[in-house]
Amino acid sequence: MKGITLDYFIRRLGVFVLTVWIAATLIYIIPRVAPGDPIAAMVSRMSQQAGYIENSDKIIEGWRKRFGLDDPWYVQYGRYLRNLVTFDFGYSLATFPTTVREIVVRAMPWTIGLLSISTALFFVIGNLLGALLAWKKTPAFVKVLIPASMVFTSVPSLLAGLMLLYFFAFQLDWFPSLGAYGRGITPGWNWPFIKSAIWHSILPAASIVVVTFGYWTLGMRGMMITVEGEDYMTLAQAKGLRPFYTLYRYMIRNAILPQITALALTLGTLVGGQVLVEYIFSYQGMGNAIFTAIRNQDYPVIQGTSYILILTTALAVFIMDMLYPLIDPRISHEGS
Amino acid sequence: MATVSAAPKRKVSRFNRFDNPWLNPYLLTGVVLILIILLGALIGRVAWDSNLALVGSSPLKQPPVGFSHTTLRGTSVGTWEHPLGTDGDGRDMLAVMIVGAPRTLAIGFIAAAAGMAIGILLGFMAGFMGGRVDDIIRIASDTTITIPSILVLIVIQSVIPVNLIGMALLISAFAWPGPTRLIRGQVLSMRESGYVKMARISGASTFDIMFREMMPNLIPYLAASFIGNMQGSILAAIGLEVLGLGPQRVPTLGKSIYWSVQLSGLSQGLWWWWGFPALILVVIFVGLLLINLGLDEVSNPRLRRKVE
Repeated sequence: MKGITLDYFIRRLGVFVLTVWIAATLIYIIPRVAPGDPIAAMVSRMSQQAGYIENSDKIIEGWRKRFGLDDPWYVQYGRYLRNLVTFDFGYSLATFPTTVREIVVRAMPWTIGLLSISTALFFVIGNLLGALLAWKKTPAFVKVLIPASMVFTSVPSLLAGLMLLYFFAFQLDWFPSLGAYGRGITPGWNWPFIKSAIWHSILPAASIVVVTFGYWTLGMRGMMITVEGEDYMTLAQAKGLRPFYTLYRYMIRNAILPQITALALTLGTLVGGQVLVEYIFSYQGMGNAIFTAIRNQDYPVIQGTSYILILTTALAVFIMDMLYPLIDPRISHEGS
Repeated sequence: MATVSAAPKRKVSRFNRFDNPWLNPYLLTGVVLILIILLGALIGRVAWDSNLALVGSSPLKQPPVGFSHTTLRGTSVGTWEHPLGTDGDGRDMLAVMIVGAPRTLAIGFIAAAAGMAIGILLGFMAGFMGGRVDDIIRIASDTTITIPSILVLIVIQSVIPVNLIGMALLISAFAWPGPTRLIRGQVLSMRESGYVKMARISGASTFDIMFREMMPNLIPYLAASFIGNMQGSILAAIGLEVLGLGPQRVPTLGKSIYWSVQLSGLSQGLWWWWGFPALILVVIFVGLLLINLGLDEVSNPRLRRKVE
């Protein structure tokens, strides 16, 4: 690919591997150095839910052996890393013959689908409004309307989800309240299913977009003001270019670059928010899988799903890093 | 500071008489919103019985005063005994708010403060020492910032039980890259500026240059980063609580939402159960956002222009 040097590629790949490794290691180390025995805590929580548990010391014993907790730490850690690399997370404890991998494969498409739709929406809407907010030719009433539409910015998407769910699903009954598609519809490439899936995704996507786009509007406005002062803007005006052409080709083109970097940096937060929105709407994605696993004390599933989401996020950042030099050729030659 | 005579040619048509950038309306409104929450909780502690936040201390599913709630079993009307109603487990919502709201702010504050302390240390180290140290710190913060922290926290907290402080400190493990990157960048650009060179020539120690010379210039940026971290940390804490993790026995705003979702408070139309915690959280988040916008105007004078 033109624009990407080998050095740049290797450096970014290194960052990708490092990100996943740091996250995986944090997950591994913190519970082990923290005070308290995790397995004893799990058993005590089980007994809270189910009353007295017979021979709980045998369960603890069994689990210690099952997780290989009596081996030296480097053997355990090595085995853990190998399992992560080979995507082998074992079986779900709650729904036994199901493997964690099956759960991930079932849930992942929903999460990726919803996340891409909402990301595309808030990124386009947010940046467009931000550009309009800073542009001189924008009508005055639009400049009043845009900030007014941003009141919910920075409110967590899960709260927006709760409110939308309550008003539009339970009170007005305009949208379905749970799931990713209607009951009794077989998933597949048929129109009823696609229609149902879109219908079910509107509220979850809206709860992410409504609270997120304002952040991009603000960022874009700041960038536009900076770009406005550049020499090439004076030149564009002196050339007598049409204002809309200048807006699109001169201002937005330049102002959008830092926004794309910012998108890569906030992706992690976004995925986190999405997990919670899925939970609120019982949307069949990874968020809901994680919640079900938390409720069932299903540790392999919690770990496997979280790890895959972390990996996917890092992968998305890596892909964006690879695309970035194509948009802005200065990057790959500047060094980091 | 004698900034008045700095630009004699500029029109003096400011929109208010305060020329102090710290007194901008965003910042003031934001601070007032957060203070209202804190003061409300403080007065509530004295004026209201916070034991009512315990399960079973009140009748179940009472609507707030002025509202009525009809079920198959009959209609219940809100009374002043429980002004904000009660939840499905018999907690008084007002008491839950009084106990929960300061906890939420405390988690955010502790996590952001710890993250800031680590960030200041690492940021100055990276900026001043350079070389290998800088590389390691820069790569570590660049990678950590892209990790979806809530997922790591979910995995950790589903294994080990935590209390409020423990939760805040765990969250702070992801609150340091922001300030670190910020300080590193600023230190790198300031290191070559005239006043720092001047201080070095006059024999100021590195420590003095960092904290006496550079730090005051960084304050608006640091404050903004602190507030941003508070938002992030509160978000993480609420997220964990809403998923049923975090401190188990104490009532928190997130736990309230968790129970209302779990015990189908939404479909039963018990809006006050999740609505009041959500409202308090919205006020907190909007307040923090306004503070951040205000700080932005302090540190970035170009944003201070009027909307024409």
